[in-house]
Amino acid sequence: MATVYEPVIGLEVHGQILTKTKMFCGCSASYGAPPNTHVCPVCLGLPGSLPVPNGAAVELAIRAGLALGCTVRETSVFSRKNYFYPDLSKGYQISQFDLPINERGSLEIELDDGTRKTVGITRIHLEEDAAKNLHGAGSGTDTLVDYNRAGVALIEIVGEPDLRSAAEAEAYLRRLREVLMFLGVNDGNLEEGSFRCDANVSIRPVGQEKFGTRTELKNINSFRFVRKAIEHELSRQEAVLSAGGRITMETRTYSSSEDKTISMRSKEEAHDYRFFPDPDLPPLVVSAARIAEIRAALPELPEPKRARWQRELGLTASDAQVLSAHPVLARFFEEVAALVAGSSPTAEQRATAGKRSANFIQGEVLRYVTLHGLDASLPVAADALVELLALVDGGTISGKMAKDVFVEMVESGRRAQKIVDKRGLAQVSDSGVIEAAAREVLAQNASQVERYKAGKINVLGFFVGQVMKATSGAANPALVNDVLKRLLEA
Amino acid sequence: MSHEHISTAGASAADVIGLGVVELAGKVQSGELSALETARAFLDRIAHLDGDVGAFLHVDGEGALAQAASVDRLSPSERRALPLAGVPIALKDNLCTRGLPTTCASKILAGYVPPYDAHVVELLRAAGATLLGKTNMDEFAMGSSNENSAFWPVKNPWDRTRAPGGSSGGSAAATAAAFAAAALGSDTGGSVRQPGAFCGVAAIKPTYGRVSRYGLIAFASSLDQIGPFARTTRDAARLLGVIAGHDARDATSVVRAVPDYEAECGKPLTGMRIGVVREALGEGVEPAVQQALLAALDVYRALGCTLVDVELPHAQHAVATYYLIAPAECSSNLARFDGMRFGLRVNGADLAETYGRTRAEGFGPEVKRRIMLGTYALSAGYYDAFYVKAQKARTLIARDYDTAFERCDAVLTPTSPTVAFALGEKTSDPLAMYLADIFTLPPSLAGLPASSVPCGFSPDGLPIGFQLVTRAFDEQGLVRLADGYERASGFAGRRPADPPKVKG
Repeated sequence: MATVYEPVIGLEVHGQILTKTKMFCGCSASYGAPPNTHVCPVCLGLPGSLPVPNGAAVELAIRAGLALGCTVRETSVFSRKNYFYPDLSKGYQISQFDLPINERGSLEIELDDGTRKTVGITRIHLEEDAAKNLHGAGSGTDTLVDYNRAGVALIEIVGEPDLRSAAEAEAYLRRLREVLMFLGVNDGNLEEGSFRCDANVSIRPVGQEKFGTRTELKNINSFRFVRKAIEHELSRQEAVLSAGGRITMETRTYSSSEDKTISMRSKEEAHDYRFFPDPDLPPLVVSAARIAEIRAALPELPEPKRARWQRELGLTASDAQVLSAHPVLARFFEEVAALVAGSSPTAEQRATAGKRSANFIQGEVLRYVTLHGLDASLPVAADALVELLALVDGGTISGKMAKDVFVEMVESGRRAQKIVDKRGLAQVSDSGVIEAAAREVLAQNASQVERYKAGKINVLGFFVGQVMKATSGAANPALVNDVLKRLLEA
Repeated sequence: MSHEHISTAGASAADVIGLGVVELAGKVQSGELSALETARAFLDRIAHLDGDVGAFLHVDGEGALAQAASVDRLSPSERRALPLAGVPIALKDNLCTRGLPTTCASKILAGYVPPYDAHVVELLRAAGATLLGKTNMDEFAMGSSNENSAFWPVKNPWDRTRAPGGSSGGSAAATAAAFAAAALGSDTGGSVRQPGAFCGVAAIKPTYGRVSRYGLIAFASSLDQIGPFARTTRDAARLLGVIAGHDARDATSVVRAVPDYEAECGKPLTGMRIGVVREALGEGVEPAVQQALLAALDVYRALGCTLVDVELPHAQHAVATYYLIAPAECSSNLARFDGMRFGLRVNGADLAETYGRTRAEGFGPEVKRRIMLGTYALSAGYYDAFYVKAQKARTLIARDYDTAFERCDAVLTPTSPTVAFALGEKTSDPLAMYLADIFTLPPSLAGLPASSVPCGFSPDGLPIGFQLVTRAFDEQGLVRLADGYERASGFAGRRPADPPKVKG
């Protein structure tokens, strides 16, 4: 019988920390500027320049560590990782090695079938990004280097080899991204490379404790690819082992166009990085009091948020998942739900404020929402949406009309009340007006009245339709119903 | 025109170059001297006399005259606010100067012009100094004789067959020969103090963290400090007061008030305790140096100081410790000289070959030796045995001083076991050269302030200096003791005969 193998996967994730400036200098960390415009002597590694740590990056790294259950070191050390490459301006990367700022955390993931699993996090440390090599740019075979990215603040999150399938790896990556985005630590943008993932992949016969030889997969820049790249690598390794071969320790890259992994370099060529404490940077000291303050100020994370929404606002698991897909959307929903509850006239309306807000946002608002990293553009402000929902609650317009009004709000940028006023959409809830219209309809349709009185009560629908028509659709249908019944049964 | 009343009448060029920093600044501030004429006098002197000394790698005549003229244009009250008004100063060529070549005396940086000024250069400019140019040095500050310059060796103005010391030999020689009223150097393991002793000038290495290293091209980051040379301690103290202080661009620079160092000058020394390390006056120390040191101790005793014996038991490991830590740091610090963004590039067939050829041609033998030593010391499997162990030894050496300072206010040793040795004498024996640093290395490893004070001459007429070491950030004690000795002994401020004129 063929050997059954078990995958062993650990992810190393690099996330750009959302600071305005770089890790060790005052240059802008923003993406997309013309090449080599966000540079200075420090990030260019010019002789004589010195690094100074970015305090905001340190705080955000601690925030990430605390949210992921890590122990935060009050004293951590920046070390130099030495190697030569043109994208590395100083000939070394400033990183953290034996004394990282965060150690020993974990992240709970949920799989498609609902099962949960806790994945260990070895460490989360601070480091600086490298520049970007542009191969084949300029005249043909040249490589040009853009140092705008050089020195941008990163956290590296090293996960334990606890993942046992490509699906688990994807779930871990998604959950990690979500947490970092809700913390405001990272924008989760895989395409622009501000959230990047390397995967260490190996397989071992089921029941064997010892890990197999691993390969490192680089260049995974989408969720779809992480699963596919790992699946391909797992089956490649299984094929090699099944054929009696051996896995070589190497770095491989996933080619999405060829849908396979390709060897980049073997570990025999591996560098000796000669890590040592950076003598330009004294140990990084953060007081226990400051760590406690950061912990106290941690924002609510997506998972507890979803549980609370279901518990307190009556949302379904699916509602909660959809509305927590992005921190800006989640904040918008919470703001709307709170304002709607606050302005609801009845206890019953208050109790359903969350669910009604969720329904309207999912049904109408979401299709206008565009997401780009941590930026999300929402079509209307929360208070404008609340104004619209209040018009429905108060009976001024029907739920159906609200959908049209919303479209116009988005297109014109006008407030709901203005649109309702301008288009004369307000429902007629004045029973006098309705009664006058109803009397006229009944007078003009004597034969139908007879039929109703003879027991054909479904004629009532005809009368309602006529009254609505007479009031140009503005009458409150429930009120029309009541008035007609009263008149017919008088 | 505010400069109309300024003239050099009554002060000939010869008088001007003989003036010290404090006197020069005073005369320029008062308008008695023109900064421009002062600058011309020094630039003329360099043009005529530096040919056979080789102290300068680059003279910035135009910049110096422009800066001096701008000082002359100031109002008297503005000039009085400038502590270095019109004082001509030379800068070691590892201090970045905007728009002015900065080479570290290395081929790999030949022609390199930094886009920014080092912090100390900014401070000197703001203090009204006239920056004359950049001085020769051992390549990347690695050496004790100045013979490791990729361009030419500096000669000792007291005897041009002798080394001026290193690595800041150009700055020391320029100060001794009065090509500049003062100079800045950098000291990693003695590179300010030892050339100070060899050239007979006052030299101060401040406490690590006292002066910002921003813009100092690093050799060994945990040891490098910038320090002044002048013909007297008082003059050096004036410079120290200008360059000391916190700089947010250097994370190792310390937030601490800068005291008035000059105010220490002339204070009585009564009751101060001088620690003497007996071994430092014995075997391995040249007799003339021993005798000068003993005489200096007598002077201190006569000034009311108490001499106490102290021990630095771990100082014997300083050479081994230093020659692990400094090369380890340099192997990483010098990685940026890769031919990619600045300086020399020698193209090869591929990237690795371009790196190899650039660095092979760009670096001299001593720099390569130290990069290799340091790379080895940091390598997997050797890191604990070498680098980590050296750091432990460093801690023990620092603790020795803590113990010594329980009993004394300063530790006195020779600066160098010998007077200036002959050019070429030690170039074939790097270890002998390293051992010459025996007295300057321990305070460097401990991060302590130290100065070299001229204290006499050998029978051959070569200067001798002693080294004082005080507690961390006690540069005041250093200045007080050195100045007190200078006033009593009269060795400071002496100048060698002028070198021969060279048609330039």
